[in-house]
Amino acid sequence: MSDATAPFVPAASVRRSSARGESVGVRIALIAVSLVFLLLFLALPLASVFVEAGAKGWEAYRAAITEPDAQAAIRLTLLVAAIAVPFNIVVGIAAAWAIAKFEFRGKNLLISLIDLPFSVSPVISGLVFVLLFGAQGYFGPWLQAHDIKIIFALPALILATIFVTFPFVARELIPHMQSLGTADEEAALTLGASPWRVFFRVTLPNVKWSLFYGVLLCNARAMGEFGAVAVVSGKIRGLTNTMPLHIEILYNEYMGAAAFAVASLLAGLALVTLVLKTFLEWRFGDEIAASRRH
Amino acid sequence: MTTAAKSFRWREPSILPGFGLALGITLTALSLIVLIPLAGLFLKAASAGPADIWAVATSPRTLAALKLSFMGALIAALVNAVFGLILAWVLVRYEFPGRRLIDAAVDLPFALPTAVAGISLAAIYAPNGIIGSLFAPFGIKIAYTPLGVMVALIFIGLPFVVRTVQPVLEELQSDVEEAAALLGASRIRTIFKVILPPVLPALMTGFVLAFARAVGEYGSVIFIAGNVPMVSEIAPLLIVIRLEQFDYAGAAVVATMMLVISFALILSVNLIQAHARRRFGDV
Repeated sequence: MSDATAPFVPAASVRRSSARGESVGVRIALIAVSLVFLLLFLALPLASVFVEAGAKGWEAYRAAITEPDAQAAIRLTLLVAAIAVPFNIVVGIAAAWAIAKFEFRGKNLLISLIDLPFSVSPVISGLVFVLLFGAQGYFGPWLQAHDIKIIFALPALILATIFVTFPFVARELIPHMQSLGTADEEAALTLGASPWRVFFRVTLPNVKWSLFYGVLLCNARAMGEFGAVAVVSGKIRGLTNTMPLHIEILYNEYMGAAAFAVASLLAGLALVTLVLKTFLEWRFGDEIAASRRH
Repeated sequence: MTTAAKSFRWREPSILPGFGLALGITLTALSLIVLIPLAGLFLKAASAGPADIWAVATSPRTLAALKLSFMGALIAALVNAVFGLILAWVLVRYEFPGRRLIDAAVDLPFALPTAVAGISLAAIYAPNGIIGSLFAPFGIKIAYTPLGVMVALIFIGLPFVVRTVQPVLEELQSDVEEAAALLGASRIRTIFKVILPPVLPALMTGFVLAFARAVGEYGSVIFIAGNVPMVSEIAPLLIVIRLEQFDYAGAAVVATMMLVISFALILSVNLIQAHARRRFGDV
């Protein structure tokens, strides 16, 4: 299908004529179907978060997000993300460096294993740590004897969050680094730059936008994770309750407006993430190789 | 670095440094966070003994939960395949006001925390909610029934089909369509014989991704499901319930069954796709 054999028609006009393939009626019908589908499954749920959050007025909203348990949940969510995300940045960069810059056997297997957490139910991602560190888990008795708490405490929340967000950074960086090749780094090395200098001055600046993109998605998932942390947290108010878990408790206690007030903060985070993500795709689309298929 | 290159026989030599360090960090983290914990799960399930495993695996409650999770995920993925394809088509081919905004909004389920999605879906699909109240007069309950489970699973799987099909539609050569039209094919025939076949592999991939995500989904489902045992109780919830009863082995067996079934399904679809690619070429 070489371009030489194609009739000489400007590309734009070909597009437009093919876009007129369907009759106006069909086109309007398809657009209407899409819009109704999105209204039912996206727009209304999102709008309802903010409507329900404000249902009892501004004072109730402010009280719901400033009460001590809510504040503790917000702090805990930020703390967990502040540890899990940098961990995944380091591991993601290391994985991308090994996979994208070198040729070795078993590479495809390694990529599949890094992606594995995406195919594991969040609940199972939490369960595996309970089985290891819980009271009846493999290391449970030893941990108890040494008075170390992992399950129903901060360490398990962090471990479960790292598990579910493990692939995000690596899978954005790998395709981008692969497409860049190794020529820049080789040139810098031949010119006498030290390995770390090459990394910080050549590699990292080259991939900064896809790295930021991966971190953005990683952070959104880390702060919003529910299933995995629900299993390991024990949901002790003020201590091991993250924001999503706090929302669940409030909701189950029929404090709907308060639940939606806290939920509106996370929905706001989701909207900010979406805006930044769209901006990055629009501005640096060529560099963010995986943007269309995560 | 030459000594390192020699000791790693299984890789191509390179003048770049840091392979050992980078791979070491990756494998250590991967093993500690993902592989060893998952191995522990399988070990725990196996340690229950054949009789107990069989009892858990064939108990009506386990089977009902697994059936709901897998059938619900299947139906939701089918719905997403149909509407995702239409949505991708509309976004790629038509110009209309708000198209870019909608294009960006499709990713909302990726960004919105599942617990937030769960309570908002429950609120609007409940009998007194804005959508639920439309169906209530006809005696149709959506929230707190298996139908509610599907609503949540459709929500979280929505972006997958759109995002896998969209790039393929964008790169489709329009001259083939024109040729089909010039040769006298009707538009419907052109769509089914010319446009859809090359899109099919991507559609299949999106379907599998949406399905895999929906099978394990927990947060967005439990608020809208009603969670009645045998009726609207999904498999991940059953795992949580078993854990809360300190039945670690029972939880591990249900979890292992979920993982084995979904990996087997994903693997077989990948094999079918690889086979199709070999036969029909990479499209």
